[in-house]
Amino acid sequence: MSAPTLARPDERPGRGTSPRPGRARAATHRSLVRSIPLLPAVVLLAIFLLGPVISSFYGSFTNASLSGASAQDSAFVGFDNYAALFADPDFPKSVMLTLVFLVASAIVGQNVLGLGLALLMRSSNRLVRSLVGTFVVTAWVLPEIVASFAAYAFFNDTGTLNNLLAAVGIDGPNWLYALPMLSVILANIWRGTAFSMLVYSAALQDVPQEITESAEVDGARGWQRLVFITIPMIRRSISTNLMLTTLQTLSVFTLIFVMTGGGPGTDSSTLPVLAYQEAFQFGQLGFGTAIATIMLLVGAAFSVAYIRALKPEVD
Amino acid sequence: MGMTSPSRRVMKLASNGVLLLVTVAFALPLIWLVLASVDTRATLSIKLPETFSLQNFTDVMTPETAFIPLLNSLFLAGGCAVITVTVAVLAAYPLSRYKMRVNKPFLYGVLFGTCLPITAMMVPVYALFVAFNLIDSLPGTTLFLAATSLPIAIYMTKNFMDSVPVSLEEAAWMDGASMLTTLTRIVIPLMRPGLAVVFIFVFIGAWGNFFVPFVLLLSPDKLPAAVSIFSFFGQYGTVAYGQLAAFSLLYSLPVITLYVFVSRVLGGSSAMAGAIKG
Repeated sequence: MSAPTLARPDERPGRGTSPRPGRARAATHRSLVRSIPLLPAVVLLAIFLLGPVISSFYGSFTNASLSGASAQDSAFVGFDNYAALFADPDFPKSVMLTLVFLVASAIVGQNVLGLGLALLMRSSNRLVRSLVGTFVVTAWVLPEIVASFAAYAFFNDTGTLNNLLAAVGIDGPNWLYALPMLSVILANIWRGTAFSMLVYSAALQDVPQEITESAEVDGARGWQRLVFITIPMIRRSISTNLMLTTLQTLSVFTLIFVMTGGGPGTDSSTLPVLAYQEAFQFGQLGFGTAIATIMLLVGAAFSVAYIRALKPEVD
Repeated sequence: MGMTSPSRRVMKLASNGVLLLVTVAFALPLIWLVLASVDTRATLSIKLPETFSLQNFTDVMTPETAFIPLLNSLFLAGGCAVITVTVAVLAAYPLSRYKMRVNKPFLYGVLFGTCLPITAMMVPVYALFVAFNLIDSLPGTTLFLAATSLPIAIYMTKNFMDSVPVSLEEAAWMDGASMLTTLTRIVIPLMRPGLAVVFIFVFIGAWGNFFVPFVLLLSPDKLPAAVSIFSFFGQYGTVAYGQLAAFSLLYSLPVITLYVFVSRVLGGSSAMAGAIKG
């Protein structure tokens, strides 16, 4: 590796004819030596990420459980877990709840609020801008368990929200029991908007001022400039951010687990919470693994779409 | 920018008004946390403490309640960050400096790994840890946390390394320096701020993680603060909101300090959010 030749493409495809055999062997050897530093990363990723993914697919076809006879030696049961999953009314319900959670809190809530804040911050005072930035970002930087408790206290029957409502003469509902999905959706918007706000603020800085100004001179109104100029110019950031916030929200567990525990009943059990309940509270490891596998597939589909959007940067 | 038409002034006023409303809404849950921590008779609602007191903090600052869990958090997050950054630097070097056939598939794999919903994996990961007899093992949990943060760390490290000019290394290669020498003597010193950003980014993520140690660790003396706060809530939560808030603040302080350090001193907040900017 101390070869003085530089890291220049020695195997760029389609460049000249194949080199002499000796050189080819030397090049392969060099390639091998040069990829040695990749090894620790490959080993860690293979054991702890690829391993669970593969065992997830396999495990979802067995009757493994945490206790009882099938805890010792599990048997292959084919699609039984999936059949049971779709027959169980909790699963379709959980899929619906997850979709509602994704659309309301990530796609609409975080993105629209984040973009709105980023836009408003451009035409506001310096002081107001730093105030809003500080509090929105703090909710995002706090460890998830702390943020979850703060949200739990806020929406609790005797919490801040109901006290404020009582001060203006409204008898607030018991949010966490009567409206569990609304509570966790609002809490997740509170928790996650900072990310979208930061991404959109950065994107808006790249929109040249002259373009919006010349549109203004031509008589375009504020909303016209937004819809026809600003949004098309940051559409790449929008699609990237939509995908990332969706993926992040798909993984939200702690917030819901602390605030409602998935309840009352299973009224706020999104897929991660349901997988946890099935596997660890009811001991149905195979059942929980089947849910995990479905979530991994959904996540993988989003990842592929995301990578396609980023493709030019990797190449 | 100089022209201040009336419509623009109204616009500015409206923007400020809306933003202040949003600020208040976002601040309320956080203000509760601070007020409750200095109130010995805290409830779940915002209220001014009758007497300001640090009693809650002195109550939770005992080895069992706060110090051992915080040390465990430090072990998990610190260990995870050290392992992740070391492995990521090693992997980033050939990816950044050599044009090899494995680069493209590897980078695609890494990008794919960044997107994997880790929460979705915890059930199979638990099964895997049972099979390897790693349940309730702090090193095992640290390694898993390192593996989950590795993809984004490799991606960020490679981007930082790409911006270190290759000309200095060329000179070193001419003098016969090995890959490891050039890496440790030339490249790493030149990208210290970037590595600090990656280290802190990984540390914050592992420090705040609740679900992974919640599933993989069992013994009370091994639990990190994230999980022990949760059990504290289960045991005393209904009576001791003030102590819960105080413990939460103690536990959040390092993360907030590190974030401020990264964004103000290293100017890396854009690198964190913007690592993914489209």
